Amino acid sequence: MERIPILKMGDFLLVTIQVDLYDQLAENLESDLVNAVKKHNSKGVLIDISSVSIIDSFMGRILGNIGVMSRIMGAQSVIVGMQPAVAMTLVELGLTLTGVATALNVEKGMELLRSKILLSEGQSYDHDNNTE
Amino acid sequence: MIMTTILNKQDFVIIREQDVVPFRNQVKDAAVKVGMGILNQTKLITAASELVRNLLKYGGGGTVEIETVSNGRENGVRLRFSDKGPGIKDVDLAMKDGYSTGKSLGLGLPGTKRLVNEFDIQSTVGEGTTVTIIKWKNG
Amino acid sequence: MEDNSTQILKEKKDAILELWISKQMAEDSYFNAEDQKEDSEDFANAFLSALNESNIDDKDAKGFEKVHDILMGISVSRAKRGFSPRETGVYMFTFKEALLEILSKDVSDPVKLYEDSLKISKIIDNMAILTFEGYIKGREDVISRQTDEITEISTPVIRVWDGVVALPIIGTLDSARTQVVMENLLQQIVETGSTIAILDISGVPAVDSLVAQHLIKTVSATRLLGAECIISGIRPEIAQIVVHLGIDLSNIITKSTLASALQTAFNMLQLEVHKKKGNFINN
Repeated sequence: MERIPILKMGDFLLVTIQVDLYDQLAENLESDLVNAVKKHNSKGVLIDISSVSIIDSFMGRILGNIGVMSRIMGAQSVIVGMQPAVAMTLVELGLTLTGVATALNVEKGMELLRSKILLSEGQSYDHDNNTE
Repeated sequence: MIMTTILNKQDFVIIREQDVVPFRNQVKDAAVKVGMGILNQTKLITAASELVRNLLKYGGGGTVEIETVSNGRENGVRLRFSDKGPGIKDVDLAMKDGYSTGKSLGLGLPGTKRLVNEFDIQSTVGEGTTVTIIKWKNG
Repeated sequence: MEDNSTQILKEKKDAILELWISKQMAEDSYFNAEDQKEDSEDFANAFLSALNESNIDDKDAKGFEKVHDILMGISVSRAKRGFSPRETGVYMFTFKEALLEILSKDVSDPVKLYEDSLKISKIIDNMAILTFEGYIKGREDVISRQTDEITEISTPVIRVWDGVVALPIIGTLDSARTQVVMENLLQQIVETGSTIAILDISGVPAVDSLVAQHLIKTVSATRLLGAECIISGIRPEIAQIVVHLGIDLSNIITKSTLASALQTAFNMLQLEVHKKKGNFINN
């Protein structure tokens, strides 16, 4: 059974989606991710969708689910690399994915995750790395 | 519906969710053949994805006809989704934004309609539903 | 056995061609013999070979497809060479006249002559319509190309700072234009890696609920990519209209000038502008 690989990068988990997510695969991803967050005590989940060319309402729901599940498990999540055509289609469909944090690419996604984590831990984000 | 000529026709049987991905690829091929740009391709395939999932979820499976058509000015892709499922009791209600019977986001049909140029739905309770959509190359 | 009409026409092909050319010359004082003769011969040959007893009354018959293609080619090339639509239409009508005149010489039964003339008329009239359609399509292609150029020119995306792009929108914002603006903007955001986009609407004459909807869609799409949108250039009248129409822009950052939008962008990026010691340097 095909499963989407989840990479551990320090405190973060990186998921790169490159294939079309059909039902079974999506369900597996959800449970794999939640288990991985617990196992590694991850603070952040980064989902790279730069290779995904179609997001329908099913996939949109999965992405939303992953966001909520991660948060419940104590991890922040961010989705990166959405293609312009996909964004425009989602907007037309009426799926604005509110509640899902987004970033342009992996690098910016990690920055966002770090600041979200600091915020959630009650610290303010200071470029000079001084915490208040 | 505007008068159309059929340039190419293909039938697809949808029974299980594994049929969805190959089906989407066929739709993409048709869109590419017609010369559709990336944005319109994305809209068409996304609409097709929505409708094919409905086919599986509510219609118990069915068939999809993929046709490349022409209205005399430009080419386009027409998709006809037919099932022999329970049918939709109130089509107007289903087309209203926010309507939902399943656990979907309640945005299925009206949202899908916005992605395409022509949208037609015929449904009879107890007999089945047929949804036909057309996306023109520059639509 | 009396010859049927299509056979007669096929046999008299040369006579038809000659008659047709002479009619064309009569209509058109600028008739260029060599050029036109070749075109006319191609068409006449194709038409007469395709015509037969079974398709004489079917203008949409498959056999005529090739003839239509040749005709379209002639029509488009004539449009490019400056022929008027009338001239191209007359091209078909003189052909019809030639056909019917030749036919009338050899078909003795008036009823049969009338019936077959009607059928041939239908076919040729249909072809005449095709030539008009070809001409119009040529013009529409020109208009569409020009429209694309205008659209591109009127929505430039400007990199005002590292990570900040500005989009001054000039003119009415309808749904077609919004698509183009959005595509352009999103593409630029990805390419430049910008996280803030400033949409300046001071050049948009009228803002109603539809335009507001288009702006909101653009903002939503930008956010999905991971960037933020600031709308600037809000004139006082627009603020009034927005409130009176009950449009909800509470989710969007709006500023009255591009300058203040830029200031906000700097704040969001944790950037500050400091004055260096010294006076204005003019190179």
